[in-house]
Amino acid sequence: METILISVLNGLVYGMLLFMLASGLTLIFSMMGVLNFAHASIYMLGAYLAFTVSRFVGFFPALIIAPILCGLIGAAIEIWGLRRVHHNGHIAELLFTFGLVFIIQRLVQMTWGMLPMAYRVPPSLDFPLFVLYGANFPAYRGFMLLVSAAMLLGTWLLLKKTRIGLIIQAALTHPHMVSSLGHNVPRVFTTVFAGGCLLAGLAGVIGGNYQTTEPGMAESMGPIVFVVVVFGGLGSLAGCFIASVVMGMIQTFAVVIDYSVADLLRPMGVMLTGDTLLTEVLTVPVARIGALLPFVMMVTILFFRPRGLMGTRDT
Amino acid sequence: MKSRWLILVLIVLAIALPWFFYDWGHHRHAGFLLSMLSQMGMMVILALSYNMLLGQAGLFSLCHATFFGIGGYAAIHLLNAAGTGDLPFPMEVMPLLAGLAGLALAILFGAMATKQRATAFAMITLGIGELMATAALMFHHFFGGEGGVTTNRMIENSLFGLTYSSGLQVYYLILAWTTLAAVLMYYLTLTPLGRMANATRDNFERAQFIGYDPRIVRFLQFALSGFFAGIGGGLYAITYEIVTFDALAAPLSANALLMAYIGGTTVFGGPILGAILITLLQSGVSLLSNSWLVYVGVMFIAMVIFAPTGLAGIVKAHGPIKHAGRMGSLLVPYLRLVIPSLGLLLGFIGLVELMSFLTIGAAQGKKLVLFGGSIDVNATLPWAISLGSFLLGGLWLRFEAAGFHRVWENLSAEVRR
Amino acid sequence: MTSSIRRLCFAFVALSSAMAFQPALAEDTIKIGYVDPFSGPFASGGDEFLKVFGYILQKVNADGGALGKKFELVPFDDKLQPAEALIALKSITDQNIPFVMQCTGSNVGAALLDGVSKHNARNPDNRVLYLNCGALATELTNEKCDFWQFRFAGNVEMRAAARIKALPKDLKKVYLLNQDYLFGQSVQHDTRKWLEKLRPDIQVVGDELMPFGKVQDFSSYVAKIKASGAQSVLTGNYNRDLNLLIKAAVDDGINIRFDTYLAHLIGGPTAIGAAGENRLTTISEFGPNVAVELKKPEAEAFASGWRANHDTDFSEINFLTMLQMLSKAIDKAGSTDALKVALALEDAKATDMVGFPVQMRKEDHQLLMPFYAVSFSRDVKYDAEKTGFGWKTDFIASTEDLTLPTTCKMKRPAS
Repeated sequence: METILISVLNGLVYGMLLFMLASGLTLIFSMMGVLNFAHASIYMLGAYLAFTVSRFVGFFPALIIAPILCGLIGAAIEIWGLRRVHHNGHIAELLFTFGLVFIIQRLVQMTWGMLPMAYRVPPSLDFPLFVLYGANFPAYRGFMLLVSAAMLLGTWLLLKKTRIGLIIQAALTHPHMVSSLGHNVPRVFTTVFAGGCLLAGLAGVIGGNYQTTEPGMAESMGPIVFVVVVFGGLGSLAGCFIASVVMGMIQTFAVVIDYSVADLLRPMGVMLTGDTLLTEVLTVPVARIGALLPFVMMVTILFFRPRGLMGTRDT
Repeated sequence: MKSRWLILVLIVLAIALPWFFYDWGHHRHAGFLLSMLSQMGMMVILALSYNMLLGQAGLFSLCHATFFGIGGYAAIHLLNAAGTGDLPFPMEVMPLLAGLAGLALAILFGAMATKQRATAFAMITLGIGELMATAALMFHHFFGGEGGVTTNRMIENSLFGLTYSSGLQVYYLILAWTTLAAVLMYYLTLTPLGRMANATRDNFERAQFIGYDPRIVRFLQFALSGFFAGIGGGLYAITYEIVTFDALAAPLSANALLMAYIGGTTVFGGPILGAILITLLQSGVSLLSNSWLVYVGVMFIAMVIFAPTGLAGIVKAHGPIKHAGRMGSLLVPYLRLVIPSLGLLLGFIGLVELMSFLTIGAAQGKKLVLFGGSIDVNATLPWAISLGSFLLGGLWLRFEAAGFHRVWENLSAEVRR
Repeated sequence: MTSSIRRLCFAFVALSSAMAFQPALAEDTIKIGYVDPFSGPFASGGDEFLKVFGYILQKVNADGGALGKKFELVPFDDKLQPAEALIALKSITDQNIPFVMQCTGSNVGAALLDGVSKHNARNPDNRVLYLNCGALATELTNEKCDFWQFRFAGNVEMRAAARIKALPKDLKKVYLLNQDYLFGQSVQHDTRKWLEKLRPDIQVVGDELMPFGKVQDFSSYVAKIKASGAQSVLTGNYNRDLNLLIKAAVDDGINIRFDTYLAHLIGGPTAIGAAGENRLTTISEFGPNVAVELKKPEAEAFASGWRANHDTDFSEINFLTMLQMLSKAIDKAGSTDALKVALALEDAKATDMVGFPVQMRKEDHQLLMPFYAVSFSRDVKYDAEKTGFGWKTDFIASTEDLTLPTTCKMKRPAS
């Protein structure tokens, strides 16, 4: 019981971090059709920028400044890069973001070096929030939940209650219709791209000290964010949210399960012995392949339902 | 008919090339050159087979290396079996068997993936690629874990009595198979299957109306491209005599995409150019500069912005003008582009290398050697020269490019008339 | 159109050949081809080692080098890819460089071992020696051992023996957590083997493999470890997989030791910080505090000379030993011929910088060397990576302690 409760909380924290990254990507992906490979690189930039900024003005101002810097970088990328590539098709756009990944990676290494940064949780948040069955729940994780909940609320209000939000919402499902109605679609694109990068930067700020800030962090986060976006479905922030939390939960829960296919077969009288490839595959416990489950789930859902969990149109 | 001659010339050149660089001092071939040419050969197969998906069928796959890698693993195990005499197959057919392994796996995964299209297809392949790469690290029986599986290619069973002890013999084997695979893939584009693949790429619904099931077409195309990728993997195993999980991991899949796109997906030979160029960058330039990834990144970005049809696309665009016999009028505008481009390029390289050495290289205790001379990174002069050359070259190029554009437009209009 | 394709192709080929034929350098140095990742996500290791070698070479060359010549490193970027390493090997043999050295990754190590062996068999006039300074998988000097490889780094089994010997006597329950790939599995296997042999009183309450570099949140692992009642986590994890594990444990408030194999790798102390105080131990080749504790002023001066210009610690004493032994062997052989140097290196004995005896065993070409079990503490003279904490020696596993049997059946060259 205690493991379950703790796993639920931790899964939620990780899921919300995923959502912060994935929500920006979903918006960009659904509107512009761009599979932004550099999204996780912006996440990394957010963490590094926050580290540098927080050394001068402290963590909380950095929480505001670093995401804004990331948003500006995103706007610059959209205006001077993506927009010029747009008419060359989606694969050109994808390759463009692919090139960005290499460049940002090397730039980060050239600016901050190759080693992990000493980017730590601020002292004011470095205490156990409450104790649950003898396990601490750190205040910083509570803070992460708070920030992501605020972000969720903010995004929701922006999309539902403002004019630009309405246009974005419309463009999510009917991009052509919106431009036909005479809206400045390029400007909407820039706004969305910058907004997505801002959210990725924010995720970087609070994720950089939750995990470690190092040149490899973009690579480790990249694929899973794609999985969340595709699993959740295009054009649906709600689907993205559910997918994030599900993926967060799966990754934390899989660790707890120590059973393998062989254990399932044993009651049926099937005993696996010997040292063959089949035995090797069947005796792998779920915990060992936990990190792979999201990919298995993505392939499965796309196979049966190509529009994802709550997608409004085919991907 | 001219292109046939070109292909013959290219093949003869590829055969003769190692001999141009024979090391007479030590009486041996330049091993690095042979390795690089061999690597180019298998990458050409990988890129061409990838283009069967991307260029010809409009399928954006992210797991192409899976079939390349599985071909490699199959070839390694077959070679080991052949080495002990259990398998009576000569060396020369090993790539074919590796191709069959690729085909088998591509049939399995293709049945799953090709039901979907566009992004769903891409994402399924991303998942498959990721799963296979991780499985290769986990399961030791077939994949050998991180250390991979090794073999000895001298199995003493050859159709031509060759031992394959030298890199040259292996290179010729690769050349033969690359040529054969390229020819097969070319003729495949002329078959009804190839034509229908183009049709499903261009218009899914209309292709259905003709009476073909586009899914079947895509599935066949996917399976066959897996077959050719497997041949490439088999050659990889023969060349390096070791296959590790890197041969089926995501970076290689990404490489296949980049090679095909940079070379040009609209022309059959485009990916060949791309494969040669990327291999040069990866194995050649990376020995000269640790910042090579920046150059690769910038090159991609420049390509997708300015030349979305790839290298072959640029060449192809000259077709009508050449046909009209007006290539001469482009000569001067091209020459005028050379100096500012060189300035921009050298300035950019200078800036990147200076920056990289200031932060990383200096601490490694190396000296920056650029353009043949040793350079002090902390002096202002090299920075000023690089920056000046970069900016001046850029501005000048902008100006010249506008002029070139005018000439090009006029010429194209003239030719069209 | 056709001619332009031809011209393009020719330009590429010309460019490639220009790279293959770098200008012949003057033959006044002994070159060592150094293959490691210098670009991409794994570049930090190669980058750090290159700096360390720069520092070590200053000393070795000041001591006279070999045959009156100085050593020179020629770096090649392998991007941690076996195929790229083999292409680099071709470039090395083309340039008649007799030594190839590699310090990162058992996948590349296995490829180079095999590649060098085959190259030497097929090209007896252009042989090359593989100096392994960091591909640690035990099998490279056991089942896969080869005459042309000399490993100047303690293998996993030696580390495991040292690790188990250094465990505190009151420890009764341990949890094994390792990465699911060659190195981690090798650590898991050898740790169990030596636990059974040396500490049958210790109960293994959990034994787990985790996906390499894929886990983002270790809190569930921590919950599992806690539920098992373990007093210590024995782990071969390093970099990200270790840092996140320890962070999660501190967040949880669990009181547990971390007895690791590689926590001292660069970046580790920075990322872990105060979280590791008095509960984190590791198995290290050397450290500046070792010199202080053993009262070796010369070694201390060498280590602090490194600290003066770098944020990291000098722990790669085996790199120094390697180059010193190599230079002696070259002097003894009278040339840089790979076979002669290999024969001179076999069974060579030396004393490392601290004064302990080391030996290159003839049977498997594994350097027999001592290891230091150290813990992360405030109470040291030199802190690691400016964190305020440093590595304090708890236990020294001597060379004799770590002289373990080998299963190597080496094929020796006829001549």
